[in-house]
Formats: sequence, C-alpha cells, structure tokens
Amino acid sequence: MQVLTYLIPISLTLGAVGLVAFIYTVRSNQYDDPEGDSRRILSDEWDDHPKP
Amino acid sequence: MNAHPSSPSIAVCPGCIAAPNTAAQEEEVKDAQIALSLPTIHCQGCISAVERGLNAHPGVHNARVNLTLKRAMIEAGPDMNAADLIPVLARLGYEAHELDPAALTVTGADKAGRDLLMRLAVAGFAMMNVMLLSVSVWSGATDATRDMFHWISAGIAIPAIAFSAQPFFRNAWSALSVGRLNMDVPITLAIVLALVTSVWETVLSGEHAYFDAALALTFFLLAGRYLDFRTRAIARSAASELAALEVPRAIRMVNGAEQEVAVAELSVGDLVLVRPGGRMPVDAEIISGRSELDRSLLTGETLPVFAEPGLAVSAGEVNLTGPLTIRATAVGQDTSLHRMADLVAIAESGRSRYTSLADKAARLYAPGVHILSALSFVGWYLWSGDVRVALNIAAAVLIITCPCALGLAVPAVTTAASGRLFRRGMLIKHATALERLAEVDTVVFDKTGTLTAGTPELTNPGDFSQHDLGIALALAQATSHPLSVSLTKATLAQGIKPGDVSAITERPGYGTEGQYQGQQVRLGRAAWVGADQDTQTAVWLAIGDAVPRAFHFTDALRPGAADAVKALQQAGKSVLLISGDTTGAVETLAKRLGIADWVSEALPDDKVARIKHLGDQGHKVLMVGDGLNDTAALSAAHVSISPASALDAARVASDIVLLGQDLTPIAEACDTARRATRRIRENFRIATVYNLIAVPLAVAGLATPLIAALAMSASSITVSLNALRLR
Repeated sequence: MQVLTYLIPISLTLGAVGLVAFIYTVRSNQYDDPEGDSRRILSDEWDDHPKP
Repeated sequence: MNAHPSSPSIAVCPGCIAAPNTAAQEEEVKDAQIALSLPTIHCQGCISAVERGLNAHPGVHNARVNLTLKRAMIEAGPDMNAADLIPVLARLGYEAHELDPAALTVTGADKAGRDLLMRLAVAGFAMMNVMLLSVSVWSGATDATRDMFHWISAGIAIPAIAFSAQPFFRNAWSALSVGRLNMDVPITLAIVLALVTSVWETVLSGEHAYFDAALALTFFLLAGRYLDFRTRAIARSAASELAALEVPRAIRMVNGAEQEVAVAELSVGDLVLVRPGGRMPVDAEIISGRSELDRSLLTGETLPVFAEPGLAVSAGEVNLTGPLTIRATAVGQDTSLHRMADLVAIAESGRSRYTSLADKAARLYAPGVHILSALSFVGWYLWSGDVRVALNIAAAVLIITCPCALGLAVPAVTTAASGRLFRRGMLIKHATALERLAEVDTVVFDKTGTLTAGTPELTNPGDFSQHDLGIALALAQATSHPLSVSLTKATLAQGIKPGDVSAITERPGYGTEGQYQGQQVRLGRAAWVGADQDTQTAVWLAIGDAVPRAFHFTDALRPGAADAVKALQQAGKSVLLISGDTTGAVETLAKRLGIADWVSEALPDDKVARIKHLGDQGHKVLMVGDGLNDTAALSAAHVSISPASALDAARVASDIVLLGQDLTPIAEACDTARRATRRIRENFRIATVYNLIAVPLAVAGLATPLIAALAMSASSITVSLNALRLR
C-alpha cells in the first residue's frame, strides 16, 4: 500500500494541472471562434515565425 | 477546402480615406472599433483574404475574423469608419454590412457563461478524482485505507461543492426567502445532506460516503444549466446582430452643412436630411422636398403616400423618391415608434402566465421528494431509534430521487431542437417558445412584408404595346422608386429596348417626365398625369394628350408563403389573414393562397382584439407579422414569429425570428416543436421509471453509494441520448 502515497498525490496533481490549463484557455478567449480556429491551421501565413 | 471565387488583390483606395468623419474626429482620439458582418465567408481562404485585405488598408491597426459568428472586428485609426472598409471587401468579393458595436456588447452574458463553465469544470475535475477513490472503496478497500480515501474525498468535495454549487444555493435561497419552492430547493438539500452525512460517516469510520454522488449531482445539473445558457446565448447573440445591423445614424443639417450623427444625439428642432431609401429617424414635419413615403411597416398599407412640405411623418416610414429635409418634432422615447413599442410591454404580461413543463414537473416533484425523504427519516428513526441510520437513509432517498435527469430533460431537448431550427434559419428567442409553439392550432398571418416580400410585381404588361413599354422603360429607368424598379425589371426581362425619350427629369413625389417625338410623356401618380386614383397599386403612363393608362402591381409573394400556408392547413391548423391593407389587395392575396378567413383594413387594436378573442375561445394562436402595427398583436398571441426584415420593435416582441426570406420553416418548426415537447415528456417518464426502481431500494435502506451513482449516471445519459434523437 506504500505506492498509494505517491499515486494519490500524482493523480490529484495531474487533475489539477488539467483544470488550471482549462481555466487558462477559458480566460484567454480560446473558445470564441472554434470554427475559425480549426481552419486557421490551413493558413500558410506565419508559417516561418509566430505573429509578432 | 473549397476554392472561393475571390482574387487576392489588395486594393487601396485613397479616395475612401479622404472622406473624413467630422463627428468622430472631434471626440475620439483612441482607436475606433469597427464591426462588420460578413455573411458569405465560409473557409480558410476567406479568412486570409479578408484579414490580409483589411490589414493592408492604411489606417487599420488590426483586423480579426471570427468565422463562427461570420464577423470581422477591426481596430482602426480614429478617422476610419465602416463605409471606408466595405468597398475594400466588396472588391475582394465579400458582402459586408456594418454592425453597431454598441449593440453587440454581450459582455454581461459572456461573463455569466464563463462563470458557469468554470464551475462546471471544477465540479467535473472533483467528480472524476473522487470517483477514482470511490471505485477503490467499492471494489473492496477497508478499514484505514477506506477512511483515508473518504477523508481525501471530503477534502476535494467540500471546497469543490462550495464553489460549484453556488448557483443552486443562491436560487434555492431566493425562492425560500419569499416562501416558495423551486427545483433548486431539493437539489440544495440533497447536496448539503449528502455532504453532511458523508462527513459524519467518515468521522465515525462508516462504510458509506456519498461524496461522489454529491459531486456527480452538481456536475450533471450544472451541465444542464450550461446547455440551457448556451442555447439562449446563441439566440441572443444572433438577435443582437440583427439589431446591430441597423446602425442608428442620421444626417443632421447644420448651417447648410451635412453632418452624420447618431440618432440618439438628435434633438427636437434639428433639421435632418433623409435620402431616398432612408428611414425616418424621428417624428418630424417635412420642411422641404417632395417625395413618396412607404408606410407599410407602420400601417400595412402598400400604396405609397405623397409627401410634401407641411406633412407630419413618423419614425420608421421609408422615404422613396426625393431627398426630404425634416424638422424633428419628437425624438427617442417620445416618437410614435417607441410609444407603440411600449404597448407591447402591456400586452406581454399575459404571456408570463404560461407555466413551462419544467415548472409543472418541479411543482409536483419538489414537495413529493421532501415528504418522501422526511417520511423515511421518521419511519427509520421510530423503527431503529438511531438518528444516524435514519439520516443516512433520508440522504440516500434524496440523492437517488434527485432531479439529475429532470434537470437535463428540458435543456437537452431544447438545445437539440433549437439547434435544428437554427440551421433551418429560425432563431428561438424565448425559453418556452417551443413548448408554446407545439400547442398552436390557429395561425394568423399579416400580409405586407410577411406573406408578401414587400416588393411590387407588374401584373399587366400585356395591356401595352412594345412601343409604349419602351417609353415607360425609358422613364422608369431614371428613378429608384420601387414601382419603377419593378417596371424596369419586368420590361427588360421581356427584351424591350428603352424608347428614345429625351430631357427626362424626375419630379420627386410625382413621377418622371420627358419628351418623345415632340410630345410630353409622363410616368407617375394618377393625379399628376390626369387620371382618377385607383385602389390598386398602380403607376400611370401618359403619352401626349392620350388617355393615361395604368400599370398595375401586386405585392410579390415571399418565397415559400404558399407552401407554408398549405403545410399548416394540411397539419389541421386554421389559417387566418389579418391585414391593415385595402380590401381588394387582401382579398386577391387570400384567394391566391387559399385562405378562406381574412380581414382587411384592420387597425392595430383590431388585430389585438381578434387575437384576444380567439384566445378566449380556447384557441392557441401563432401570430406571424413584421410591422409596427403588428407588435401588440405579436405580444398578445400565444406565440409569435417575425421575419428578420421586420422592424426592431416587432422582432423584440416576437418569440421566434425567421432569419431567411423563406417562410417554409414555419410549418416545420411547429412539427419540430411538437416532437420536442413529446421528447421532454418522454424524458420525464424515463426519469420517473428510474426513480420507481431505485426509490424503494433507498427507502428500504438497501441503496449503496454505488447504486446511487449508477442510477444517476444511467438516467442522465439516457435522457441526453433521447434528446439527441431530435437533431
């Protein structure tokens, strides 16, 4: 049962990381244009370097 | 990806930038926010072309396209306005319309949605982690391990619920504080009781803890709330876009100079210039200019009214031929347009009496659950004499009966049904609109602008010789009057060449005249060419001294009007036509569409009275109308639909907005609404069946947290899947 002392904190941490990531995406308006974002990947603009 | 027929050329038009916007220059130094609606964009090629084109335009700082909303948001220099950018996009091959950024601010709604989503995420995270621990307990963890798992679960569940379940706590409190019961009361009670007994059990190293159930309950119910909110938010944003399309601008004359200002800035006594095709922004009196006015949106009459200095005009009337200068007599809230809109508020109170299916279910359900759980508590306490056992069982009863499925039953169905209708071009604005639409047995149509497209159609070109048609065409081409435009289109379609008419001049308000082979030729109003006024919509042609003859017009039918009426009649609904237009015009249309029951020359009050009368007879009336004269009737009806071309006031008053030109979706919507209501009832039945199986177990004290979790998830998923069948 020793293994639980690592596994439980690890599972909780991983879950918390997911939650924080989700909250970050909501806060930074990443769900405003789902359709457009899925198509923008086809754009060849800013392929060499990110948009400044 | 499909190719789009647009050239990637980037046009820069120095002439466009030259036009300064004086009003904007005075006040704003910061960047202007411009919003454009782009109804035709659909792919990555469009996004790139539009963004590249706009960003290359001098003065534009940043442009970003939102494909989901088909909209472009542009940050531009203070002296830019949308009129400069629309031609840029037109050259790229995209249709663009200006949106009023002020009308688009939905930040409040946005925040509420984000808030719900955040709570949903926290509840979901906590639920999954606790479920993980619970599974180990169910699969045989005992003693110290079980207690530790329970303690960890408590550590996650208590803060998570304190944050996530707040909307329920708040609603329950606000209901209780005014002495009412709503669905949130049993929900709150179940969540709180589950937490309390679970903590108690954990402290005493008990076997059963319901932390996962409390969290699952919160999660599923929040999911229902969020679905509900999304549906409403989509409808709201589409509705606000419709409102934003009408940018409230007017041209104010100050010392002879034209100045473009917001309508809100106009005050009584201001001189306002209204160009042909423009809408009167305020109630006013005509100072100079002659023209014709289209009052169909206000009164339903299709015949244009002659306008000359001294005539009083109301906000909302459309100027047809010549520029008019008007002096404002009433602005903003005082205009007749607004007073009419106020009538709506009064008529609306009748509608709030409607109780939705969800409310009806809650009314039955909430007391039932409380009584059942209280009875099992009392029963078990008397029988065993142990408060702990009794409380445990009462909590199990509450959790198992908890309205997970009930909370999802309605929003899941309305989301699916609204999504389906939205794709067909209908916008469901009101929460209970679908349920009310399902009950409809009588449909009342307005004529002008609803069944008809509001564009005239020539009926008797055969009465004229080719030669005369040529003269008429030459005269008609010189003006943008709707009747002339229609005449031009009809004659050109027959391959007629314009006659050799010289010295053509337009007399705003009267017609056009010219010289043909030494004779004077006129095309215009009956009185002006020397003929008697007719009741039909007509334009008269006079050649020299010959007797003037009339071109007759009827209002063209809206596409799908005939199909919609037929489909509704076949579905067993009685269809009525109530119009403010003249008897002749209404009768012709009613015959054409096969509507036996029609009323003409109805005043707005008559319309309301008729609809109220039908309602009193027990009919459920669907009103379809677009004009200001319909607004009160729209609100008095059981449920109402207006086309997107309707006046703002009419759209606000109606429950459903038809986005396209076509009327056919109306019949389909009634059908979808009926099926949606059936699904909602089915969902209630499914939830009840689950309860019938699980509740006796809970009351008998046989329910374990595992059974509770299974019953809850299974019923929620069945209900959602059943709703999805509607898509």
